Amino acid sequence: MVEVTLWGSLAATTGGNSKVEIEAKDIRELFRKLAEQYPGLEPWIEKGIAVAIDGTIYRDTWSKKLPAGAEIFLLPRLAGG
Amino acid sequence: MNFDPRYSARNFASVGTRPIRPDGVDKVTGRARYGADFNMAGQLVGRVLRSPHAHARIAKIDISKAEKLAGVKAVITAADLPDLTDGDAAMYDVLDNCMARTKALYDGHAVAAVAAIDARTARQALKLIEIEYELLPHVTDVDEAAKHTAPLINDAIFTEGLEEKPVKPSNVTKRSQFGHGDVHQGFGHADFIVERSFKTEQTHQGYIEPHACVANFSSDGTADLWVCTQGHFVYRQHCAQLLGMEASKLRVTSSEIGGGFGGKTHVWAEPVALALSRKAGRPVKLVMTRDEVFRASGPTSATSIDVKIGARKDGTITAAEATLRYSCGPYAGSWAEIGAMTAFACYKLDNVKTVGYEVLVNRPKTAAYRAPSAPMAAFAVESAVDELAKKIGMDPVDFRIKNAAQEGTRSSYGPVYGPIGIGPTLEAVKSHPHMKAPLGPNQGRGMACGFWFNFGGQTCTDLNIGMDGSVSLAVGTVDVGGSRASLSLVAAEELGIDYSQVKAIVADTSSLGYNDMTDGSRGTFSSSMATISAARNAIKILRERAAQMWDIAVDDVVWEKGHAIAKGEKHGNLGKLSLKEIAVESGKTGGPIAGHSELVADGAGVSFATHICDIEVDPDTGAARVIRYTVVQDAGKAVHPTYVEGQYQGGAAQGIGWALNEEYIYGKDGRLQNAGFLDYRIPVCSDLPMIDTQILEIPNPNHPYGVRGVGETSIVPPLAAIANAVSNAAGVRMTHIPMSPPRILAAIEAARA
Amino acid sequence: MAGVAVSTTINGDAVEYLCQPDETLLDVLRDRLGLTGAKEGCGTGDCGACSIILDDRLVCSCLVLGAEAEGRRVETIEGMAHGDTLHPLQQKFLEHAALQCGICTPGFLIAAKDLLAKNPDPTEEEIRFGLAGNLCRCTGYDKIVRAVQDAAIVMKGA
Repeated sequence: MVEVTLWGSLAATTGGNSKVEIEAKDIRELFRKLAEQYPGLEPWIEKGIAVAIDGTIYRDTWSKKLPAGAEIFLLPRLAGG
Repeated sequence: MNFDPRYSARNFASVGTRPIRPDGVDKVTGRARYGADFNMAGQLVGRVLRSPHAHARIAKIDISKAEKLAGVKAVITAADLPDLTDGDAAMYDVLDNCMARTKALYDGHAVAAVAAIDARTARQALKLIEIEYELLPHVTDVDEAAKHTAPLINDAIFTEGLEEKPVKPSNVTKRSQFGHGDVHQGFGHADFIVERSFKTEQTHQGYIEPHACVANFSSDGTADLWVCTQGHFVYRQHCAQLLGMEASKLRVTSSEIGGGFGGKTHVWAEPVALALSRKAGRPVKLVMTRDEVFRASGPTSATSIDVKIGARKDGTITAAEATLRYSCGPYAGSWAEIGAMTAFACYKLDNVKTVGYEVLVNRPKTAAYRAPSAPMAAFAVESAVDELAKKIGMDPVDFRIKNAAQEGTRSSYGPVYGPIGIGPTLEAVKSHPHMKAPLGPNQGRGMACGFWFNFGGQTCTDLNIGMDGSVSLAVGTVDVGGSRASLSLVAAEELGIDYSQVKAIVADTSSLGYNDMTDGSRGTFSSSMATISAARNAIKILRERAAQMWDIAVDDVVWEKGHAIAKGEKHGNLGKLSLKEIAVESGKTGGPIAGHSELVADGAGVSFATHICDIEVDPDTGAARVIRYTVVQDAGKAVHPTYVEGQYQGGAAQGIGWALNEEYIYGKDGRLQNAGFLDYRIPVCSDLPMIDTQILEIPNPNHPYGVRGVGETSIVPPLAAIANAVSNAAGVRMTHIPMSPPRILAAIEAARA
Repeated sequence: MAGVAVSTTINGDAVEYLCQPDETLLDVLRDRLGLTGAKEGCGTGDCGACSIILDDRLVCSCLVLGAEAEGRRVETIEGMAHGDTLHPLQQKFLEHAALQCGICTPGFLIAAKDLLAKNPDPTEEEIRFGLAGNLCRCTGYDKIVRAVQDAAIVMKGA
């Protein structure tokens, strides 16, 4: 079980919760289960969400493991110059 | 892939040195070929017809007269670029921006294009295209556009991110929110509060090379595109999608690029050139004029930002809040969202809340500009921070040091920071001689901090070892400012050979796997990671070949300083084998030797900078002049320090232009009034002093050498640093960027009155 | 439209070409003669990327007609090095990393060459004003000014 913190805009899709508990071992499973449990999140996931694991931002790596007790934070994907 | 990207301390032989760049001689002799420097036999000249109206329905387009003009080979409209985006809203916007479909949404929006045998014929043909416009009310100001009474730019857009789904369409496409804690409670604990509203005007990236491409569409359905771009693989995907092609049938070659700064992350004319070439059956060269570059490419957002910060008497910030409105042009974007994420990223805050609103306006589609959205947010926040320090009676550097984020701090945008450089840049500034230098009359000193995320992303690199022992390095990230030099240094470092033995090139889209574009300061970060990985793969093969040459077990061979060395007592009689000696025999030991790498370069380290600026203000004219400027920034590890300095200086110079002079000026008719370098004046040599730099190196734990991106952060602090300096020089708090002479003069006169 | 026949000297070589009466010298150099070292950044004389020297005078070639080169001497970036020996300014631009994207570099080198021909020992301020007609968006000019200062020292010693 990992605790996932959502950025402010996402809380509306989880019934106002900014933190949700998910049983997931990697980023792929996290996205899959989030979409199952909170269908409102699915369009956001499709548009692209980055996952910060203990402060390091991952954009594209589904296989990235979510270590027990890690701080998991969802962020919007960004454009850069 | 079993590549371990983690940082480990080491002594460098090549990294950190300052050799001459591999593409240098071509660039000082005029031989380097940029977007417009390439030609094909039978090539036509492409030109685009653009809307003179800010907002108009396109009732009718008649191209028949233009088509009949002798020498015209193709005329296209939106009908020749049909919608193949299959529900992909973002790509539909790209398509509509390339060629307006039902409405022209800004002055400069493309509505038709021609290909003709020469420029004069093409220009004549444009005049023969007849368009009936039905004018619609327009809005160009970000605050006006956000009002519910404003003319609607797209009546299918309802604000996203609100708790209740809105019933009416709006120009506000999205609300986003970040933060933690309880700001209301936090302000309750504050002894001092500063609350201000700020505006920044729209600026352009201002690259000197206009967008340019040569498209060659063949009747067999394949095509070639030569183009100046920050990301040829992304251009390939977008063009292929818009033209209904398979990506592999479109080969995109990135030319030398004459500046991008985010502005060349986006297709504009390229799909149009391909569509013209497809229709004409001949190659088409399409080069934007400077007027078109200003009216129809770039620019950054105009913004309106409210900031409130509270602190206790001891200087601890108790709460910080900001509301940020960013213009997106006529298409939805996420620019305010980035502003809301970056605004307070420098500080350790228990209570912070930022809200961003994306606002549609009848201006060109906003494109990324170097640390996009961060400079405006930093201007507002760092101005308020400075004012708050003064109110408390604290030195502005000490106030920032007291509140600076550090390892373990929860960032204002969410995650907890790893090792970061904001504190060290502030300490370096505090002890910098610049801070103690005397100031003359009408002069003031200001400082400010800045933050940028930095990106990683998909990266693919090939490293081929020739039979003479020289190394070809093919990378897929476009070199925007010297990355071929830095990546050659990295390859030399890892292989243990001399820099001169490595030749780096940017490979085309058919020669290398997919690469994300050079954006988010990722070029050297990502491609160096892939280069290290590719070199390590090549070393594994080199060791195997050496083992074969010696007829010993590969486990007994190690790689040190460019040589295979047999370890263990029983091999004591074996000498070293150099990379060259192994390469010479490669035909007999198993064929070519190469290392490849395909990876997602995650773990880009966040970057911080602190700038110091001295300004002299002429109280009679309001003209402000930068007289001294210092940049202190964390690079993680500076691979080629001279080019790192160059990034620091260049970002500062762009920030200075933005702060003091650059802005898009629209008339009441919604037309851009200063679409040229004469009236949109970027800093020239005589406007600036030398720009001093200090590179700090706080290693990024997620890169083998500790590298962080360095390209963007340097544009974040200048707006605020200069505003703070102007405040100290002239005694007026400037809240509107640019601080042009009339604005400063008006503020001085208002203060006198 | 009938073409204009022009006889001129470019980088020391006699050159003849036909051009349209309204065609700029920049377009002639780039499109007819294949000399693409001069760049078009604006077409209005504001950016200096198309700088050339016309009879010892620094000009923006986008503001000169191709027909005006008749009987005159044109110097472009392509004529700056001697064989494979770079001009000291070119060498110093490389050593100081006075270029990032490099699109403005040919124009800066030509303008700097003209500046040092007229003022071999310029102050920093004279360099800054001497090069104020050339835009660079990448470097902030710092390393360009230093490269010109260094080249001036080398050239005086030569």
